[in-house]
Amino acid sequence: MYGVGLVKGMGVTIKHFVNTYVDDLRWFGRRYYNPEAFAVRQSPQAQGIFTVQYPEEKLIMPEEFRYIPFLIYDELEDGTRQDRCTSCGICAKVCPPQCIWIVRSDDPETGRPIPEPSEFFIDIDICMNCGLCSEYCPFEAIRMDHDYEISTYDRFSENIYNKEKLDKPASFYAAVRPLNYAIDEAAIAEKVAKKAAKEAARKQRQAEKDRKTDE
Amino acid sequence: MTDKESPQVEGTTREPDSLEQHFPGILTPDEREGFDGYLVAPDKLTEFATRLRDEFGYDYLSSVTGVDYLPDEVMEVVYHAYRIEGGPALVFKTQVPRADPVVPSLVGVWPGADFQEREAWDLLGIRFTGHPNLRRILMWEGFEGHPLRKDWHEAYFEEDAKPFANRWPEGDVYRIEDKIPFGKNVQYPSEFTPEGWIPEGDEGLYAGLGQISNDGDGSSLKTDQLVVNLGPQHPSTHGVFRMVVTLDGETVTDLKPVMGYLHRNHEKIGERNTYIMNMPYTDRLDYLSSMSNNFGYALAVEKLMDIQPPERAEYIRVIMAELTRIVSHLWAIGFLLNDLGAFFTPALYAINERELILDVFEAVSGSRMMCNYFRFGGLARDLPPGTLQTIRELIFERLPRRVDELDIYLTENEIVRSRCIGVGVLSPEKAVAFSAAGPVLRASGIPYDVRRAEPYGIYDRFDFEVAVRYGGDVYDRYLVRLQEIRESIRIVQQAVDDIPEGEIQTGKPIFQVRVPAGEAYGRVENPKGELGFYVVSNGKPNPWRYHIRAPSFINLTALAEMCKGHKVADVVAILGSIDIILGEVDR
Repeated sequence: MYGVGLVKGMGVTIKHFVNTYVDDLRWFGRRYYNPEAFAVRQSPQAQGIFTVQYPEEKLIMPEEFRYIPFLIYDELEDGTRQDRCTSCGICAKVCPPQCIWIVRSDDPETGRPIPEPSEFFIDIDICMNCGLCSEYCPFEAIRMDHDYEISTYDRFSENIYNKEKLDKPASFYAAVRPLNYAIDEAAIAEKVAKKAAKEAARKQRQAEKDRKTDE
Repeated sequence: MTDKESPQVEGTTREPDSLEQHFPGILTPDEREGFDGYLVAPDKLTEFATRLRDEFGYDYLSSVTGVDYLPDEVMEVVYHAYRIEGGPALVFKTQVPRADPVVPSLVGVWPGADFQEREAWDLLGIRFTGHPNLRRILMWEGFEGHPLRKDWHEAYFEEDAKPFANRWPEGDVYRIEDKIPFGKNVQYPSEFTPEGWIPEGDEGLYAGLGQISNDGDGSSLKTDQLVVNLGPQHPSTHGVFRMVVTLDGETVTDLKPVMGYLHRNHEKIGERNTYIMNMPYTDRLDYLSSMSNNFGYALAVEKLMDIQPPERAEYIRVIMAELTRIVSHLWAIGFLLNDLGAFFTPALYAINERELILDVFEAVSGSRMMCNYFRFGGLARDLPPGTLQTIRELIFERLPRRVDELDIYLTENEIVRSRCIGVGVLSPEKAVAFSAAGPVLRASGIPYDVRRAEPYGIYDRFDFEVAVRYGGDVYDRYLVRLQEIRESIRIVQQAVDDIPEGEIQTGKPIFQVRVPAGEAYGRVENPKGELGFYVVSNGKPNPWRYHIRAPSFINLTALAEMCKGHKVADVVAILGSIDIILGEVDR
């Protein structure tokens, strides 16, 4: 019969319309501005419309969410900052839109490169948030941020991030991406252990050598 | 590599020797290291192509492109032809001098070559004699030079290949606008003034439209031909896309699509990039299906490098590619209804479900749309904990219900039926001739799906049906998409049940992969149709040629054919049923 399809379709629309109110009742009118309800509203169990009341409500970023990169420094016990970055330049080389500029530090006396950057720029107008820099960084020094609210009034002066603006403490990293942080810490610990083992082996060999020459 | 590929060629042509024997003096095997297929003399090309189509059954021309071999002073045109029953490609090439590249057009043999030859003319300056309407297609008329030529440099030119030298170790940070200020960043031909320019390209465009004359013979009214521009700024075009239609009353008599408003010369960027840098750029082609775009590019480069991803990575790839198909088809169905005038209610019901899948993508890859998740020989990272469970909930419970709901909501709707059934019919013969791909081809009764015709990844392990319909109209394209969502759900259900534990990357992840010299064509069944990546390597860190066979772009070749004889309002529905993405059309 003509019109049956239309009526059925309207039935679906009505169901969608009613669903939201049913869901609201289920939460006793606390469907919005309620973290618990919000988590359900954004999951496969969601019923009814799932509009996010931004900025009062914000989506929970998954760990892997990536936005503009930042640089990590470790806070040493005496309070000084130590950059993890060694200015090896891999991030600048792998960056698809080439938005990273690094100035390598040179020892003022010998003129030989030392492993830390004197300048580090990222033009965030060009950055495409692909995350390749953090993926291929061999020193766990550059990682992707979660902060997406970075609009500015002047793109010329504020959108080239310098080292000061990019630098974040390791504790910040641990807060934003706890799982990745744990993986990185394990990797660093492994590297340190390897280095120590190598050092120990070298010393032992040296000692043996010394003993042999003594004999 | 050549040895490995040769049995495939045997499979296509039965005996490769016989093909050469059939075309004595015309055909020579391409014997360059890492290359494949045959070289054909340009003056014999039309004869060869006609016989290839009629006697050997290669009725589907998938890809036409050019390669600029600057050091050899040679311009090469590469063709990939298929049999519509399935099987690997027959690759043939023709070489002409770079200074005067003239190749006979194959539009007469395979009408699907139309836009692709125009693209090769536009970007590489290869002249196709006998082409009915050889005008620029992506660049504007009056543009100087052919930008994909290796010696052509853009206004903001820095270096021929990335990484650029001034980024490290002495980072010289500056804005390119400071060095080349606005106003000096465009090159014009010497006699050209922007103010005095009259767009003569449009003259050619309008002249190419079919003319009608109806002076009224007493039995009918005298009518004038009316030319209407739909777009570039038009809500129905899904982006910046223009259709020039000639009307007889309200009936469309001819149509020409005009594109390139979003052109950024993706392929030139790709040839500047290193191999890994291209991965995030492929996301931006068909931005609704970035995971499958990644898949196609990864396949092409993996073919060149001769590596295989591990089992777990293969399964995750299939899961992601199929979820992408669901996302893209939901969007296509929703927006088809928008184009029919059901403003946004159906679209939002579809987008609602899409959003949940995008959450999965975000958790897995870090981004909802620009996923950048595939790597050569594997994936960027393993699935985070809990994701597989979310996918299970979606794929076993929510999505099947919601697709059924969409089915009840739309399929029997009388308005949808009367607007869609019998509108924009593309016959099977025409669909093959115009190189249509994806749902457009399958709705015309051709059960051609790359996942079946030439399985890639691990698609040969899954049980699924190729959705096919026989009406070839807008309604059937809608039904094919709905059916494909169901089949994709089936594939993901099988994949999440079988997924093994293990590594997700072959070897160590390296940022500068070594790709041996040669060529490779990786193709995948994208939601929009066959997406192909033709990559030529010369052993350097950057690809020598990086070409994309964009399904949305090539599906538009058949648009005029579908629209003729229908009303203006139907043009909008027909365009919606092809489901174009301008990021991919314009590249």
